[in-house]
Amino acid sequence: MQGKVWKFGDNIDTDLIIAARYLNTSEPSELAKHVMEDADPQFVSKMGEGDIIVAGENFGCGSSREHAPIALKAAGINAVIAPTFARIFYRNAFNMGLPIFELKEAAEINEGDVVRIDMDAGEIINVTQAKTYKFTPIPEFMQELVNAGGLIEFAKNEIKAGA
Amino acid sequence: MGQTITEKIFSEHVGKEVHAGEIVRVNIDMIIGNDITTPISIRAFEESGAEKLARPDNFSIVMDHYIPAKDIASANQAKISREFAYKHDLKYFFDEKDMGIEHALLPEKGLVIPGDVIIGADSHTCTHGALGAFSTGMGSTDLAFGMITGGNWFKVPETIKVELTGMPGEHIYGKDIILELIRILGVDGALYKALEFTGDAIQHLGMDDRFSMCNMAIEAGAKSGIIAVDNITEAYLIEREEVNGGLRAKPKIHYSDEDANYCQVITIDVENLSPVIAYPFLPSNGKPVEQAVEDDLKIDQVMIGSCTNGRIEDLRIAAEIMKDKRVAKHTRMIVTPATQKILMQAQHEGLIDILIEAGAVVSNPTCGACLGGYMGILGDGERCVATTNRNFVGRMGARTSEIYLANSAVAAASAIAGKIVDPRDI
Repeated sequence: MQGKVWKFGDNIDTDLIIAARYLNTSEPSELAKHVMEDADPQFVSKMGEGDIIVAGENFGCGSSREHAPIALKAAGINAVIAPTFARIFYRNAFNMGLPIFELKEAAEINEGDVVRIDMDAGEIINVTQAKTYKFTPIPEFMQELVNAGGLIEFAKNEIKAGA
Repeated sequence: MGQTITEKIFSEHVGKEVHAGEIVRVNIDMIIGNDITTPISIRAFEESGAEKLARPDNFSIVMDHYIPAKDIASANQAKISREFAYKHDLKYFFDEKDMGIEHALLPEKGLVIPGDVIIGADSHTCTHGALGAFSTGMGSTDLAFGMITGGNWFKVPETIKVELTGMPGEHIYGKDIILELIRILGVDGALYKALEFTGDAIQHLGMDDRFSMCNMAIEAGAKSGIIAVDNITEAYLIEREEVNGGLRAKPKIHYSDEDANYCQVITIDVENLSPVIAYPFLPSNGKPVEQAVEDDLKIDQVMIGSCTNGRIEDLRIAAEIMKDKRVAKHTRMIVTPATQKILMQAQHEGLIDILIEAGAVVSNPTCGACLGGYMGILGDGERCVATTNRNFVGRMGARTSEIYLANSAVAAASAIAGKIVDPRDI
């Protein structure tokens, strides 16, 4: 995947990603209309399908609302890159199928850069700056879940095996 | 090798000794959903082809965020949980008839037991660690996995030991201790870790203080907060047993070994602590109340409530300060008791009269104002002192509004003064 970068700072919390005033629904298309609104009210009108968010430390801190990765994914954000992610957001993003990548050097990427992510090689390539980075591999156990097609697919396989 | 209380809880659930860093899959003793997170879980549950809950007696839905419905969308969203609850004849479904904020209601009902492994699709699920349980927040899909299989996977967390020493001074509460700890750790200082509160100061802290401390473990990024069972916990459980005609299960009491492995030890001298005020826009921006007094911070709204500080002790503290006083002319005050039981208890004790006579508005239990949902939204540039847990940008309303997190005494005293004041000066 390849996309244009939007930069955000440290500790982007889930209220900034999707404010609670919009949590009277879990409809992805509704949530997408308000993604990152309190961080940048113009974000939805500026961003494009396939863009990538690059942020600082502890992205997704705060609430457990899965509406946050849902909103990002439904808005068309291709991936989120950050040095670290908050624990619940990290798990939710995997469960929702929003690709996220831990990259220590995330700060070197600038807004507007074009970044390509090569999942197989474990690389993030900054096309604009002609720099290549290795992202932190995901934990082995989580790779099993990804291979199964996500947590619910994993559960379905168990239901089938038990039946 | 010695074990922490958290490692022991997991070991007991797995059936063999486990240590921090190991991935385990265990059955969950209580899975908690609410009206805004459970609909996503229900959708995933139904899409999986599962027909019934794997462990129906270990599952609960608490309607607390947007109940009574704030608008048509919330009403429709609530229907999803209600229909599921009726279809599956849920034993633990708490709606308007028996309402409360989940992290106050479930312990009150005797449904949280020492030694439990608990997950909830709400980040403040870590509250329940105050009863010597492992309890953590997860997302809706993880909740669905628990509904389908009865369990989930965990990485057994490393533990940060938090040693609390000394006797808390006047108007120092669990809230001040946890805000001080978050100030020290930062909002990601405990990422993936358990916070274990120990030390001689614990014996001076009642259950309401302990709930409030474990509640905000997440604000330091922690996976869980935990306090071992002692005579105060036991007295609380006996009361819950009497009131509810029994507990959900028999307590399994664990204590950390003396040679348990901690990744970090933090000591806080409670004796010399001042009330802590967390300035906008992070819970880690704690400053002593003296600083806030010097900064002369006029306030538009005061909010006492939430899963952090909406318990009976909070209402007692507020009423004691507000008796025969009046909320300042340009300030308004909202009190949201965390459960109907707390509200009734406060009524019996005459606290509600005191608060209303002082000019506060008392609402039904709800998460509403704390997360900027309804029942106390802040307008542009408004400043609020809240006993809640988060002061992020826009958390309680307008992007330009400001939230100062504090204990209930600071909140009540500030409501009267119309600006942030030190309750010890009154």
